[in-house]
Amino acid sequence: MENVFELNNVFKTYKNDGKEFTALKDISLTIKEGEIFGIIGMSGAGKSTLVRTLNRLEEVTSGSVNFYGKDLASLKPKELREVRHSISMIFQGFNLVNQRTVIQNVEQSMKIIGIPRVQRREKARQMLGIVGLLEKENEYPARLSGGQKQRVAIARALAADPKVLLCDEATSALDPKITGEILDLLKKINEERKLTIVIITHEMSVVEKICDRVAIIDDGNLAEIGEVKEVFSNPSSKAAKKLVYPSNPFDPSDENGKIVRVVFDGTQSNVPFIANLVEKTGLKVNILSANTKSVGGVGYGQMIVELPPAENDRKTVIDFFREGGLIVSEVNEYE
Amino acid sequence: MSEYIREAIINGVWETFVMTFFASLFSYIIGMPLGVILYSTSKGRLLENKAVNLVIGTIVNITRSLPFLILLVLLIPFTRFVVGQSIGTTAAIVPLTIGAIPIVARMVESSLNEVQPGIIEAATSMGASPLYTILHFIIPESMPSLLQGGAINVATVLGYSAMAGVIGGGGLGAIALQYGYYRYQKDVLWTTVTLLIIMVMLIQEIGIRMAKKHRKI
Repeated sequence: MENVFELNNVFKTYKNDGKEFTALKDISLTIKEGEIFGIIGMSGAGKSTLVRTLNRLEEVTSGSVNFYGKDLASLKPKELREVRHSISMIFQGFNLVNQRTVIQNVEQSMKIIGIPRVQRREKARQMLGIVGLLEKENEYPARLSGGQKQRVAIARALAADPKVLLCDEATSALDPKITGEILDLLKKINEERKLTIVIITHEMSVVEKICDRVAIIDDGNLAEIGEVKEVFSNPSSKAAKKLVYPSNPFDPSDENGKIVRVVFDGTQSNVPFIANLVEKTGLKVNILSANTKSVGGVGYGQMIVELPPAENDRKTVIDFFREGGLIVSEVNEYE
Repeated sequence: MSEYIREAIINGVWETFVMTFFASLFSYIIGMPLGVILYSTSKGRLLENKAVNLVIGTIVNITRSLPFLILLVLLIPFTRFVVGQSIGTTAAIVPLTIGAIPIVARMVESSLNEVQPGIIEAATSMGASPLYTILHFIIPESMPSLLQGGAINVATVLGYSAMAGVIGGGGLGAIALQYGYYRYQKDVLWTTVTLLIIMVMLIQEIGIRMAKKHRKI
């Protein structure tokens, strides 16, 4: 599959009043055609800067960003504008023109390219149909809810027939239910139109729900990159663990208690592991937290358990889980 | 009030209207682009250009700081050059326009400044050129604010037009000055002042209504 974006050793440094701040440090990654690629990190980690280098809203200080093999930095203003027609973007704040109707907003991206009025109208209606807002075509954005505004922004982005859609915290201003609906819509568009989507977010749930691969950005560094399933079940960097592990505090009942995270996927869900553990070894574990979620369409469960106090008992429990195909990792290390 | 004065007042209303209308029109024809340039060349904007911004900004500030009465007198030779005479309604339009241009420019600049940066970023990400972004995103988005500013500007020009009476410009201001002030005819003074107030209120009301009609937030 072709690479849509290829970033090589990208650095971005801001200079402000003589002070330097490096927002991106040596980022190299590729985004493949047709995938939904997540970029996740805490606020201030540099992910918004990173996505803005993909359409050169931000210039890189060094390194290169290639779009279908073309170095964006080498483009003249007019060429850059042409490339931007194939890289649409949606935003956390929607950024619709409030003084224009919904359909006029959708037409904007086509008007820039110079598509004639009649075709523009027709296509805009078609796009509003896809996002399910055809009946609102003559409303003004102020009359719409947040989720509806983002749908209009998506229609506007798609109307230009882009090759890529960049989403900058596109669901962060929306409640969980509406977020789910918008993500379903993006997934549908990805599948039906083979559109490559890049999603910037600080919420792991967004990545788990629709992304194929994910890059974790921590303090301007690329901390980890890989298939979402891999990163979820076996996070290796500190930043990844912080994002993947449940956020509630785990206080072991015993001061010297040891806590582990146990991950199982759908294939082991018909086995009662905890009951079997007690039956076979006579050892008990204390469940501190447990949940299940769908990661890329596959059901995953995770449990945070406190192990028994004795060292060899702990080993027995861990071995028992591992033999059953579960992934066991220590939790204490990331705190 | 004599028939003669009554006629003079009616004529004065018309002259004031003509002066205000044309001076406002011309000051927008020149001041609006200047405001757009001031906005777009300032720091962090689409066409950031320190030199251009500094030069235009300085000229605008100097013109704006001059008391209008002084500007009126200073511009007499220029007015004569442009319209061939330095007294009368037509002549007054010249200093009124010059005096209003910097006010219009700053007012337009401040209206455009209200547009959320996100909308400009969206336009840029769609591949819009800076000029396209200004014409099709920034100006439409700030239209209600521009209209409201417009009403304030027209009312200011109207107020200035009364001052033009001092150097022989026509209009209600001249009548108020000649009959009301120099001859101390209180009824003429109050009639003209009342008419001026009504005209300002009308302009303000029309401006607010237009802005409201346009405001979709």
